[in-house]
Order: sequence, then structure tokens, then C-alpha cells
Amino acid sequence: MLAAIGSLSLLGLVLGGILGLASRYLKVEGNPLTAQALALLPGSQCGQCGYVGCGQAAEALTAGTAPPTVCPPGGRAVAEALGSLLGKTVDLAGVAEKAPTVAHVNENLCVGCTKCFKRCPTDAIMGANNMIHSVFADACIGCEKCFEVCPTECIEMRPVAPTLQTWFWPNPALATA
Amino acid sequence: MRLFKIRGGVHPQDRKQLAAGQAIEDLPLAPLLHVPLQQHIGNPATPAVRRGQRVAKGELIGQAQGPMSAPVHAPTSGRVMGIGSFPAHHASGLSVRTITLQPDGEDRWVEGLEGVPDPFALTPEEIAARVAAAGIVGMGGATFPSAVKLNLRTKYSLHTLVINGAECEPYLTCDDRLMREHAEGVLDGARIMAHALGVERIIIGIENNKPEAQDAMTQAAAPFPTVSVAHLPMRFPMGSEKHLVQAITGQETPARGLTADIGVVVHNPATAFAVHQALRLGWPLVARLVTVSGAAINRPRNLRVPLGTPVQHLIDHCGGFREEPARLVSGGPMMGSPLPGTRVPIVKGSNGVLALTAAEINAAPRSACIRCGSCVTACPCGLLPLNMAAHARAGDLEGTVRLGLMDCIGCGSCSYVCPSHIPLAQFFSYAKGEMAARGRTKQKQTETRRLIEQRTERIEAIQRAKREAMAARKRDPKAAAPAPASTSAEQSADSHVAA
Repeated sequence: MLAAIGSLSLLGLVLGGILGLASRYLKVEGNPLTAQALALLPGSQCGQCGYVGCGQAAEALTAGTAPPTVCPPGGRAVAEALGSLLGKTVDLAGVAEKAPTVAHVNENLCVGCTKCFKRCPTDAIMGANNMIHSVFADACIGCEKCFEVCPTECIEMRPVAPTLQTWFWPNPALATA
Repeated sequence: MRLFKIRGGVHPQDRKQLAAGQAIEDLPLAPLLHVPLQQHIGNPATPAVRRGQRVAKGELIGQAQGPMSAPVHAPTSGRVMGIGSFPAHHASGLSVRTITLQPDGEDRWVEGLEGVPDPFALTPEEIAARVAAAGIVGMGGATFPSAVKLNLRTKYSLHTLVINGAECEPYLTCDDRLMREHAEGVLDGARIMAHALGVERIIIGIENNKPEAQDAMTQAAAPFPTVSVAHLPMRFPMGSEKHLVQAITGQETPARGLTADIGVVVHNPATAFAVHQALRLGWPLVARLVTVSGAAINRPRNLRVPLGTPVQHLIDHCGGFREEPARLVSGGPMMGSPLPGTRVPIVKGSNGVLALTAAEINAAPRSACIRCGSCVTACPCGLLPLNMAAHARAGDLEGTVRLGLMDCIGCGSCSYVCPSHIPLAQFFSYAKGEMAARGRTKQKQTETRRLIEQRTERIEAIQRAKREAMAARKRDPKAAAPAPASTSAEQSADSHVAA
């Protein structure tokens, strides 16, 4: 009787211990693809994809509920990279390549409320209380977060104009078919 | 001198007889000069003058921004009319920051410009610094800052300087005339550059359609045993630096590498002449030779043009148009680009202005590829233009890159020979531009991620500090009371109560 109780509880303790250790050392860390997909996404948590942030979008991507073209600010480049990571063919024709924009503060209307620069995910807006704010165009990613909160509607999203450095010849296949 | 074979290439009619017989002429000053602040590869210069200021010829008007940049100097004496946007000498028709100068007609040099009596006594660094300060850039059209190229000796082991007098583009004769009329100056500049690069051997490569230039340079080079003149066969693109080096040394530049990888640096004769003027006379780069040619031009000429002169002024000086040109081209007909108009100014990299008639351009309608392989035979880089273009047309740019897009020199030989008139070279320019744009997007994303991480860290640090301050107040309300120094006394009293 005692021997049976002793051996069974010993067995239970030993096996339980092994299970406990196994759960600790052999843990599966979610889908490793999620981390890779997250690394490809811009990481600005802008929410333009419809998910709360880039992490949730990456999970949806690996779960297959979101297409590789999910990220609007990433454009074609990110869509292609995600497609090759997930082994999916990407229908790039569907990606409306949104012309990149940057925020611009109209200095006549800015009241220096600091609302916009508190929300800017890349610290692209400079300013202080009661001082006119200004945007560093190089750091702005065009996520429109500041555009939404401005109480005087003084922020406009301007398309990025090509410069001599960034201009290139158009695709001749489209130019004259 | 023994020469080596290069692959591919084409033999367009050179049409150099239109302007080759015309001696260099000084172009009279235009009523207004528009000097762009970006006439080179790299960062644009920043204006160093104000509106209304009087400047003398050769005075610094635009300061270089960092090492990959070049300063800009006043092409003549006069008054700065303004600094603003003006159409650039560029196929896009975009505007660029430009200083507008009204010449006073005196053409007075700024005081204090002095040459060096013996440039060979200077250290290579001093020569490179003077070349940089003179605003000299590659004048064959690439406009790469020359001083950067003169400093290559620190990274590569070099043995030869090649002066690229091939001028393989049809119509263009400005390098030909320069070597004929200023052979001594070109050679002196080349020897100064060789000294700066720490190399002994100088080879001047000139195509066989320029016998006078070959003779003039051979004569000038006679006293120097380390300088030789290579008589190159006529072939386009002999003037591509990689192919020129291969023809002269027999060595092929590695894919996506520089000629410096095999110990050779290539410079244009006009750059050599500018270096000669900068070192011997102290003159910055304020003028250049431009060939104005094409069957639509009344009197083709080789002109010495102050930088910033509107193209229209050159055309007027050459007697205007004989007939309405079908196309206006900057540079040569093979690799040049269409000019957006005749208002645009001449810049450091413009070696030709061509007004071509309908008979001179390839305006035939495009038809389907018949896979004849002419482009493969013509490609001097050993690529498959037809396959690359098919991938580019289908939007598969990665595929184009795999087929060697980045080794394409954009010479246009494939488009020239294509019996179906497919704009192959244009497909490759587009693909290269699109790939560069993607690279910039990727770089911006990396930068964005860094900014976001920094911001997250900062916000966490602020919250941690707040929590700690709160905890400190809870432990010892009296001692912590003066801690929030930024808030007013009343507020701190309130928070005191709340705590």
C-alpha cells in the first residue's frame, strides 16, 4: 500500500518536473515568420493597414488572413519583400502606389499647441508650447497622424516633388504603347 | 602601341565634319547668366552671395556641401539679380536653385587669383584641394567631382592615368578642338593629375578619326618618355572608360567595379585642361567648350561658353536654325538627353548642343521583338538586352538586375541596332531609376525604424523618471516637494496635497 503510494507519487513528481522543464526549455516562440515579417514592416504603428499596429499586421500576414500588399506606406518594395518571405505571389497591379506625401505646417495658422509633435512616431516635427512647429521632410513618413489632430487644420499633406536626384525616366512601355 | 579588342559596339556615322573644322570661338556674353548651384553629382552648393551683390569673375558664389560636392564661381563680373528656381539643364525639365547674374560687360577677374609656379612641388593633397576649390568636375558629361577621383590613390594601388580623348559620340568635336589647339595645356594638366595620383604612366587615347589631335598630342608628349598616345580604332562606345581601359591595357574592369580596381584612373581632356588652368593660373572653372552642331543648325561651331549662358544664346550665335529641329539634344546623339527647352543654361557637364532634323533621328514606330540577337552582338558589356527589356516591361525588375542591369553602361548601342526600333536603352534607364528609388525607400525605412526606436526609448525613460519621482514623493513628501522645479509653486502645493 505505502510502496504503491510512494512509487506513484515519485513517478508523478519526476514526470511533472520533466514536463515543467520541457515547457521552459523547449518552448515554441510563436511563428518565427512573424518576427521576420515584423522586421520588414515600417514599424511606425500608423494603423493604415487596419490593424492596431505593425505587430498585429505581421501576425495576420503569417496567419494568412492579410495579403502581402497589406502595408500602404510600404508600397511595392515592402509588398514584394513580404511576398518572397511568405512564398506568395504578389499581385502588384492591385497595389495603388500612393504618391508619397510629407506633412507641411502652414505657419500662418499654427498656434503652437504641441498636439502634432507629441503624436509624430518619428519625431519629425519640431516645436514647443506657443511656438510655430515645423516638419523635417526627410524624417516624415506621411502617416497623417499629425494631420488628424491639428485643431486649426494647418497641416497639409503635400506630395513629395521629384528633384534632380530622385527623378528618373518613366517606363517606356507605359509612355507610348 | 599594342591595343586589345573590345566586345560589341556599333559604327554610327560620326558626322564630325560638321564642326571639326571650326576653330574654338569665344561666345560673347549673354544679357543674363543663370548659374545653377547643382552642376555636379553629389550635394548641391549653397549660395555664398546675396541678391544685389556685385561679384567679379571667378568669385565664389556657391559653397560646396561636404566632400561629394563642388563649389560654383561667377562666370563673369556683374551683379547678382536673384537666387531662385530656374529650369535645369536636365531632361526632366525640373527646376533647380540657380543664381542669376547680370554681366556688367567688364569681364573683370577677381583679385588674388594666383597660380602655382611649380605644381609638381605640391603634395598630392594640396593639388586635390586646389582642384576641389576650383570647382572642377568630370567634364565629359558625368560631372563627378574630380578631386574625389584624384584622392583614389589612398584606397587603390594605381599605375596609369588614361586621358579619354576618344570622343566616340558622333557630332561632338569640342575635345578634338581642345587637344588640337591647347595640346600643351591638356598635357600639362594630365601630368599634374598624374603627380596627384602618384602614377608615372600617362596614356592619351584618341580615336583614328582625329588625326590632327593625335599629331598635336604626340608632339606635345614628345619630351616626356612616360606619356604615350594610343591610336584607337573608331568604334562606339570606345569612350566608355571601362572599354577604353580594356582596349589600352587588355584588362577588364570587374563587374560593378571601378577602373581603379585594376589600377587605372580615367579623366577627360577638358578636365585635364581645367586642372592646368586651376594650378598654373589659379582660374576656377567658369567656362567650357561646347559643340553646337546638327543638320538643323545654320553654322555649326565649337564655342568657349561662360557657364550659365542660355542655350538659345549659343544657337543665335550659330545663325539660328536652318529648319525647325525635330529634336534638341544635350550631349551626343547616342547617350545624350533631350533638352526641355532653349532657356536652360549651359552647365559644367554640357559638351554639346545638337539640333537634329527628322532625317537624323530614329523616329520609326516600335514593333515587336523578332529575337534576331542584334542587340546581343552590339552590347559592349556582354549582356542580353532583349531579355533584360522583356523583364523590365513585365515589371520584373529583380529579373532585370539578375541579368546584369547594373553592368549596363547605358550606351544605347542596343537601341541603335534594333531593327524593331525598341527603346531598349530607355527600358534600362527606367529600370535603373526605379531600382535606385527602391533603394532610397529601403534606406528611409531603416532610418524610420531607428527614429521610432529612439522615440520609444525616450518616452519609456520619461515615464520611468515620472514613476520614480512619484515613488520618491510617496516615501518622503516633504523632501520631494521642491523636486518638480518646472511647475509653479501653486501646482506643486496641489500635487503635495494630492500625494
